[in-house]
Amino acid sequence: MSAKLETLENRLRETLGERLARLVAALGEITIETRVADYLETMRLLRDTPELGFDLLVDLCGVDYSAYGGNWTGRRYAAVTHLLSVAHNWRLRVRVFAEADDFPVLPSIVPVWNSANWFEREAFDLFGILFEGHEDLRRILTDYNFVGHPFRKDFPLAGHVEMHYDPELGRVAYRPVSIAPRELAPTVRREAGYGDGGN
Amino acid sequence: MAMAAIEGTEETMSDIRNYTLNFGPQHPAAHGVLRLVLELDGEVVVRADPHIGLLHRGTEKLAENRTWAQSLPYMDRLDYTCMMCSEHAYCLAVERLLGIEIPERAKYLRTLFDEVTRLIGHLLSLGTHALDVGAMGVMLYAFREREDLLDVYEAATGARMHPAYYRIGGVSRDLPDHMPQYRESKWKNAATVKKLNENRQGSLLDFLEDFTERFPKHHAEYHTLLTDNRIWKQRLVNIGIVSPERAKQLGFTGAMLRGSGIEWDLRKKQPYAAYDKVDFDVPVGVNGDSYDRYLVRMEEMLQANRIIKQCIAWLRTHPGAVMAENHKVTPPRRADMKSNMESLIHHFKYFSEGIHVPEGEAYAAVEHPKGEFGIYAVSDGANKPYRLKIRSPGFVHLSSMNEMARGHMIADVVTIIGSQDIVFGEIDR
Repeated sequence: MSAKLETLENRLRETLGERLARLVAALGEITIETRVADYLETMRLLRDTPELGFDLLVDLCGVDYSAYGGNWTGRRYAAVTHLLSVAHNWRLRVRVFAEADDFPVLPSIVPVWNSANWFEREAFDLFGILFEGHEDLRRILTDYNFVGHPFRKDFPLAGHVEMHYDPELGRVAYRPVSIAPRELAPTVRREAGYGDGGN
Repeated sequence: MAMAAIEGTEETMSDIRNYTLNFGPQHPAAHGVLRLVLELDGEVVVRADPHIGLLHRGTEKLAENRTWAQSLPYMDRLDYTCMMCSEHAYCLAVERLLGIEIPERAKYLRTLFDEVTRLIGHLLSLGTHALDVGAMGVMLYAFREREDLLDVYEAATGARMHPAYYRIGGVSRDLPDHMPQYRESKWKNAATVKKLNENRQGSLLDFLEDFTERFPKHHAEYHTLLTDNRIWKQRLVNIGIVSPERAKQLGFTGAMLRGSGIEWDLRKKQPYAAYDKVDFDVPVGVNGDSYDRYLVRMEEMLQANRIIKQCIAWLRTHPGAVMAENHKVTPPRRADMKSNMESLIHHFKYFSEGIHVPEGEAYAAVEHPKGEFGIYAVSDGANKPYRLKIRSPGFVHLSSMNEMARGHMIADVVTIIGSQDIVFGEIDR
């Protein structure tokens, strides 16, 4: 691990203290996890502490962990945020798991970084994660009147409905999807050390 | 309000009410399928609400259902005006997860093609921006040069638009020794063909070198057409001003951030490929308006030309492999498969089951012509990505439309769209 990452790690531990639920340094990147209750405060600290100086929110996305590794037991939905500091030239990944799997709610971080606005709308649209305090939480990428959250792991790839022109109604309409579900490349997970020839 | 109080009727109130205008989704200046709902007070924009997603194809979901190598060509289809840069981010993310190092020549080839792509993207954005604002001619000039670069694409990869040239572990093949030439036809006689083929006698690098020699002259022509053009300046100067603080708060990257006066370029700050070995400058704007962003992009083209020259010089003298030799994660050479059993097995496994990427997560970003283009890949050890998030610059830039357009005239909205340099393939994904 480079000296720069070590500096960042130390400063994170120093600044966040108890709020830091988990810190992983891997592949030249630092990931921290925080609890929902500390989330907003953690984000504010990350932005406002000059030693950290994360002034740019690069990305925020939802992740549905329910099928992870085929044996996931933790909470299902998480929001993963990528932060960047222009002054210090370092990056950070922040993950926060929503408490309830059937009704995931997270605080909105739009007041901290305005660029989170559309990212949170996207995560709501695609994963159904609700962002408390977001002023305009509408769907963004899917069609008007779309039902469901397409990027959840239990949503089929071909969807539930398809669009067609209905000559009787004189307009386009929805009907159940006619494409049979198929898997082009089955998911394969290998045990550790597979293909090493037993060495 | 005052009028209504005097008249005391509801009708007068409704006469001065704001009205809403639908801009797009079929508007030629919307750069694709953008539906912009504009709330107007006379000709002044009070609120701009972009409705996006009309081109949403669920690329990220599709990628979760394909093997790692199969998802690569989807990256071309995100930003279909700067194709190879998106491939680059994807390859970098997967290579980081795999922990493999690619050959030096592949790094230079990627740098070369990133810059060719930057020129392709900027030439298109310049041409269409000028067209939207009312200058027809610039597009004709810009596309003249763009055509040559697309010929480079075609000669190297076989495709003008969706090359799928970068691969996990390197690039798909080395540069060709010959540049394809025009042939005589009903429409082109011998003399025309001879003239067209003049700079196509040598290799692709010769053709590209000839281009880099010509380009500064052509670039000066764009400057003549636009930079001091009175109408162009009236339409761009002081339109869509973003302060450096707001630019960071709104998540701007690339030319949008540099136009606001912040010197931030991933090629310099977090170098990837061979950017730490080439020499170039980063232009920065002063006022943060559309005109500054235009100037930044113009200068970036000249710098891209400079980088291409350096890459050509390096590539001429350093032959070598262009794909990593670890055939657990890269396809083996065709010729080896004829005689080597193991290569045959590698080939079969690579194209049927796909490669296995160790459990973990990685975020890799490149300086895309439009800003920071990032790929966040999560792997659970399977042969497919568990989650692939595409961080596209256009999505973030368009989300600031409301703030940038507020208080401007409706015609300025077109300028701002052009200045944001948005493409819907990457915004809707």
